[in-house]
Amino acid sequence: MSIDGCGAPEQGAPLPASVDVAKETVISGVVRAGDAPVEGAYVRLLDSTGEFTAEVVTSPAGEFRFFAAPGTWTLRALSRAGNGDATVSVDRGINQVAVSVAA
Amino acid sequence: MSRDSVLVTADWAEKNIGADNVVFVEVDEDTTAYDGGHIPGAVKIDWKTELQDPVRRDFVNKQQFEALLSRKGIAGDDLVVLYGGNNNWFAAYAYWYFKLYGHEQVRLLDGGRKKWELDGRPYTKDVPARPATNYVAKEQDGSIRAFRDDVLAAIGSHNLVDVRSPDEYAGRLNAPAHLPQEQSQRPGHVPTAISVPWSKAANEDGTFKSDEELRKLYLDAGIDESKPTIAYCRIGERSSHTWFALHELLGYSDVRNYDGSWTEYGSLVGVPVALGDEPGEA
Repeated sequence: MSIDGCGAPEQGAPLPASVDVAKETVISGVVRAGDAPVEGAYVRLLDSTGEFTAEVVTSPAGEFRFFAAPGTWTLRALSRAGNGDATVSVDRGINQVAVSVAA
Repeated sequence: MSRDSVLVTADWAEKNIGADNVVFVEVDEDTTAYDGGHIPGAVKIDWKTELQDPVRRDFVNKQQFEALLSRKGIAGDDLVVLYGGNNNWFAAYAYWYFKLYGHEQVRLLDGGRKKWELDGRPYTKDVPARPATNYVAKEQDGSIRAFRDDVLAAIGSHNLVDVRSPDEYAGRLNAPAHLPQEQSQRPGHVPTAISVPWSKAANEDGTFKSDEELRKLYLDAGIDESKPTIAYCRIGERSSHTWFALHELLGYSDVRNYDGSWTEYGSLVGVPVALGDEPGEA
């Protein structure tokens, strides 16, 4: 885990010990096409106005994770298997979200 | 300025795999993507371990850049095509280095890894063996790099473009939302800097927007085309993306990237900082 750079860290890795989940608003989940997790999907975090905020690439198990803030967010996934969206309202702590993609 | 002299399309890239004097270079902060599959023939450059000085907070100097390119088998007259993940942030950063050190023929692959992946284009895990070269760089071109004093002098007089996300600009977040938020520096932005997130310059698939869309974006945000411009972000790579849009695509003549960016500025003692969604006063 690096906080020197701005690149997205490995998705699906355990939360770094330095992350205080009482303070952070973590949005994490899995991208699926049907029942199958989608590896290598691009998950975009959009704010409540639809503005792009961040993007990560899913792990082999289809996992993604963001460190956001309490409020409403949209997750938009792009992949070879198709695209999909999910809008969620989140609070501090770990928030689990499922995103489905379809062609 | 012609797009063809700075950008290549994925179609062009796929047709030119293996072409003489064309070297594809994947640049990332996390090179596990390259290891899992890359454009056939591409060499990798690790942004963190190969483009940064291992001791000082600075990027590689002329001698280190020459040693790196020689080791990678890149010659001075090769056409270098850079691409990477994170919407080409680190590839754009590397593009800026290649320009700083005077490489003649360098292009960015429009859309980077993302478009390549979404298009379903070919990857390989084979690592090419390129014979070492004796690369000679030019002296650093200071006209495209800004330091902290240049930023302070630009407050209220030149264009300052903060390309981070709106929440980072306003001081509500300290880092992009895919990273933990605990940082030492103060949140906020350089007073009078306008907010134009890098992402507004890109389409969803990672390609750059058209010149017409880009010009409208920056004019609507308040850029004065008659004045010099400095772009910054958190560590200088997202602002390389915007530097590319302003300097290479739109052809604005005096555009510099402040690679120290917010991790430096937000840690300085005694400098002005603005909070909230407005640029603030000089």
